[in-house]
Amino acid sequence: MIEARFSLPLFPEQASTLAPRVDALLFFLLGVSVFFTVAIAGCLVVFAVRYRRRPGNEVAEQVHGSDRLEIAWSVIPLLLCLVMYVWGAQLYFAAASPPPNALEVTSVGKQWMWKFQHLSGPREINELHVPVGLPVKLLMTSQDVIHSLYVPAFRVKQDVLPGRYTQLWFQATRPGTYHLFCAEYCGTLHSGMIGQVVAMEPAEFQRWLAGGAGASPAASGEKLFSELGCDTCHRADAQARCPDLGGLLGRNVTLANGQTLVADEGYVRESILDPGAKLVAGYENIMPTYQGLVSEEGVLELIAYLKSLPERHP
Amino acid sequence: MTTAAAVVVEQPPLHYLNESYGVRSWLLTTDHKRVGLLYLLSLTGAFFVGGFFAVMLRLELLTPAGDLLQAETYNKFFTMHGVIMVFFFLIPSIPAALGNFILPLMIGARDVAFPRLNLASWYIYVLGAAFTTYAVVSGGVDTGWTFYTPYSTMSSTTQVMPTAIGIFIVGFSSILTGLNFIVTIHRMRAPGLTWFRLPLFVWSLYATSLIQILATPVLAITVMLLGAERLLHVGIFDPAIGGDPVLFQHLFWFYSHPAVYIMILPGMGVISELVTCFSRKTIFGYSYVAFSSIAIAVFGFLVWGHHLFVAGQSVYAAMVFSFLSYLVAIPSAVKVFNWTATLHKGTIEFRTPLFYALGFIGLFTIGGLTGLFLAALGMDVHVTDTYFVIAHFHYIMVGGMVMAYLGGVHYWWPKISGRMYPENLGRIAAFIIFLGFNLTFFPQFILGYLGMPRRYHSYPEEFQVLNVMSTAGASILGIGYLLPMIYLLWSLRYGEPASDNPWNATGLEWQTPSPPPRDNFEHTPVVTTAPYDYPGREVVVD
Amino acid sequence: MTEHAAAVAHQFDDAEQQRGAAELGMWIFLATEVMFFGGMFTAFTAYRWLYPEAFTHASRHLDALLGGINTVVLIGSSLTMVLAVHGARHGHRRMLLVCLALTLLLGSVFLGVKAIEWSSKWEHGLVPGLHFTLTGADAGRQELFFFLYFAMTGVHALHLVIGICVVGVIFALAWRGHYSPEYHNPVEVTGLYWHFIDIVWIFLLPMLYLIGRHGA
Repeated sequence: MIEARFSLPLFPEQASTLAPRVDALLFFLLGVSVFFTVAIAGCLVVFAVRYRRRPGNEVAEQVHGSDRLEIAWSVIPLLLCLVMYVWGAQLYFAAASPPPNALEVTSVGKQWMWKFQHLSGPREINELHVPVGLPVKLLMTSQDVIHSLYVPAFRVKQDVLPGRYTQLWFQATRPGTYHLFCAEYCGTLHSGMIGQVVAMEPAEFQRWLAGGAGASPAASGEKLFSELGCDTCHRADAQARCPDLGGLLGRNVTLANGQTLVADEGYVRESILDPGAKLVAGYENIMPTYQGLVSEEGVLELIAYLKSLPERHP
Repeated sequence: MTTAAAVVVEQPPLHYLNESYGVRSWLLTTDHKRVGLLYLLSLTGAFFVGGFFAVMLRLELLTPAGDLLQAETYNKFFTMHGVIMVFFFLIPSIPAALGNFILPLMIGARDVAFPRLNLASWYIYVLGAAFTTYAVVSGGVDTGWTFYTPYSTMSSTTQVMPTAIGIFIVGFSSILTGLNFIVTIHRMRAPGLTWFRLPLFVWSLYATSLIQILATPVLAITVMLLGAERLLHVGIFDPAIGGDPVLFQHLFWFYSHPAVYIMILPGMGVISELVTCFSRKTIFGYSYVAFSSIAIAVFGFLVWGHHLFVAGQSVYAAMVFSFLSYLVAIPSAVKVFNWTATLHKGTIEFRTPLFYALGFIGLFTIGGLTGLFLAALGMDVHVTDTYFVIAHFHYIMVGGMVMAYLGGVHYWWPKISGRMYPENLGRIAAFIIFLGFNLTFFPQFILGYLGMPRRYHSYPEEFQVLNVMSTAGASILGIGYLLPMIYLLWSLRYGEPASDNPWNATGLEWQTPSPPPRDNFEHTPVVTTAPYDYPGREVVVD
Repeated sequence: MTEHAAAVAHQFDDAEQQRGAAELGMWIFLATEVMFFGGMFTAFTAYRWLYPEAFTHASRHLDALLGGINTVVLIGSSLTMVLAVHGARHGHRRMLLVCLALTLLLGSVFLGVKAIEWSSKWEHGLVPGLHFTLTGADAGRQELFFFLYFAMTGVHALHLVIGICVVGVIFALAWRGHYSPEYHNPVEVTGLYWHFIDIVWIFLLPMLYLIGRHGA
């Protein structure tokens, strides 16, 4: 305890594939900053001393300017900035591009806790177990106000919004326990909306998963699909008045207004809660809304169920 | 035996302070100098109220547990610290207090274009402050000064409406000040005072005013929509009926990003005045510094999305905003280089205002450079919403802006009050402020990169040492701020009487008595020279 | 002939400087108003782009005839305002007074028609937050339309009320002979403000009333 009290960490752990890359950019930015700070401060000190008012230096030399200098000290910083921009943009793009084989976990944030659901069943609150060496993708939404999921050791953060899905992904590189914070002020216990990410070696993670209780979200989703009466209309037979949903995620969909889109999780959620919003071409607007009848976790379970359905037959 | 020889008692010369007495002559004044002082008084009050909340926050953060204040109280305190400091101190500060006083003097005018509107803008400020004060004393508000929805519209149970109304009202004070300054600068310059003979303080006030008039109305609408949703539950930002909470963020930051340039540009203008005066040297690169103020104002409108890099904005929009954010950094860098070059081959006198100017240049450089960190998308993902951002903007606002404000107050104190402040105390206070400031805020950069989120009432134990350092610095900083309060007040009575031009500076404001008469100049001056035409061999570099 | 023929405030050097300052001041004020309305236009455009069908349905509830009448009324009032300014510039006292009065009248007619429209919305339960009874799949999005409808036309109407009050004051001062060809700044800048209110309406009309009207 005493050690913890007087510990003075100055740099966060690097526990993901992204972390060393972000830190490399940090060092470049630090280098440029230190250079310019020292240069400016140095000039200020040197000039202050050298040109202080004293007998022999009572009158200044009136130097009005130098276009060449102005161009130089505009262009060179601009070029440095362009390097920073491109480097930062690359990292951002990488952080926004989860690999296709990423392990999916869904997350619902609410005042003031984080709920996680692994696809094979286990649910967690404020704690997230992940394997080392495999990419993990979080599909997230909020039940109430805006929150933000932040894992400093992984250098990842993403706001979690009501009414929408956002995602973040990472690949842990070291086993360990890492802070998880809410990073968007959300009310009274904002600073209590914290937890931890537990990264484990893959074999240990599998054991942990297997020991988890609870039905998989896909299984829960199947139950919901029936309880809510979705299967009354969404069937694979020829008389179905509604689109068949097998293989929906990732498919191109043509809407009644002529637009096409790729069906993603957000589209499915919207279609459940506000069916008329993106009416599919060739179908009537007869689906009732399930707003208020299914929770955010329920929607995520339904999505997991749909993902588990086979591609429809031609 | 003495004869009743006429003993002529010389009347003290009439100036703006003693030409009329009484509360009415102050509360109904249309003299820009008195309006400036009314603002100076109100702003000082706001600064100390906002500062009180800051002190409480830093005290709480001495320990990792939330043990001094309840969570909701802490949340209210950081909200009110932000609201008061941003809207009731920083935004008006230099324009309303120093600008109102000095601008007409600097351009050789008798007053601003619309003196009654000027007084009205102070009353509007006071009305806005009244609503906000009411909000504070009747329970406080806990949404953060950024009022993000849906927390502020559907979840918070605190005094959001009175605060929103207060901010709506005080925005008009800002708009009217900006309007007044633009018309004044366009229409009331003395004969011979062409645009390129204007002191750079005037250029910076002009650029600031442009932002004030164009950006503040968007804040007014945003706050109005926020109030409507809160009052009527109309759901404009409610996802349940199709509203978009991120739309609020776009509207809010469309004002609030340019707002930070409202806060810093006048400070930069002051620095140009201080650096030239105390090195008795013309500014290096006059037109570059002047145009950089305009460039900052224009580009400042194009970068608001950099507050939304992790908010759910599209990746492509984020890339555009990141690029533009780098562009807006360049004119600021140009100014820093030009100020530094101005000192070269000058003849430098180390008076208090120059200490503040040097402190500004150093601290603004650090603050500005850390802005480059935040503009880098991949980096921002890690440090946004952490203490890194808090350190960044306090370096600019406090290390930059407040030091420029104090530098300006000291520089023009003789003109405003007719008295000199005590020089040694001035230097000591500047030094204490510089030290205290760095100790307060530098550790926060480290805390931020370590991952300590902002607006946290309690935090993991390993962050304690850095937090203790920060609080220690804050107490030193507080002492540093109290000193000028005390000795400036002292100087009003006991300070050495000031001459017309104690600094031997160029500029029309120094061509009239200290303090100035009601109409500023006996005869309207005619300008024939460039600004900052101090003596010395003229050197033209390519 | 007029008491204030050459009244120049003490901060100005001459009447020309005063006139120039007043004009520039009003143009800047109008710029702030553009940004003010612009915020709401932005919100409306964002939601219109997101929910085109719902906004079209909602727009059909508005009475385009009344909107059209109001447009003619307001443009007419701008005409009478221009004529009033003309009268002030050339010292035609009667023209000034009559045209100011007509401007007041037409402005009030506009507000009257607006009141009719709004009360009709109330009857049909289309007032978000106070009395909104639409049901159906896109009721929420139509509610967004109606909120913005009331916000924008409400803020516009507020500006019109202020304009009417100002024109009323100008009328009273003109009656008392305050204005002359040498000094009539307040009439000029009021005219600018009035035209601005008109222009905002010209934008509001198609945005709110005419969405999808050409189609079936």
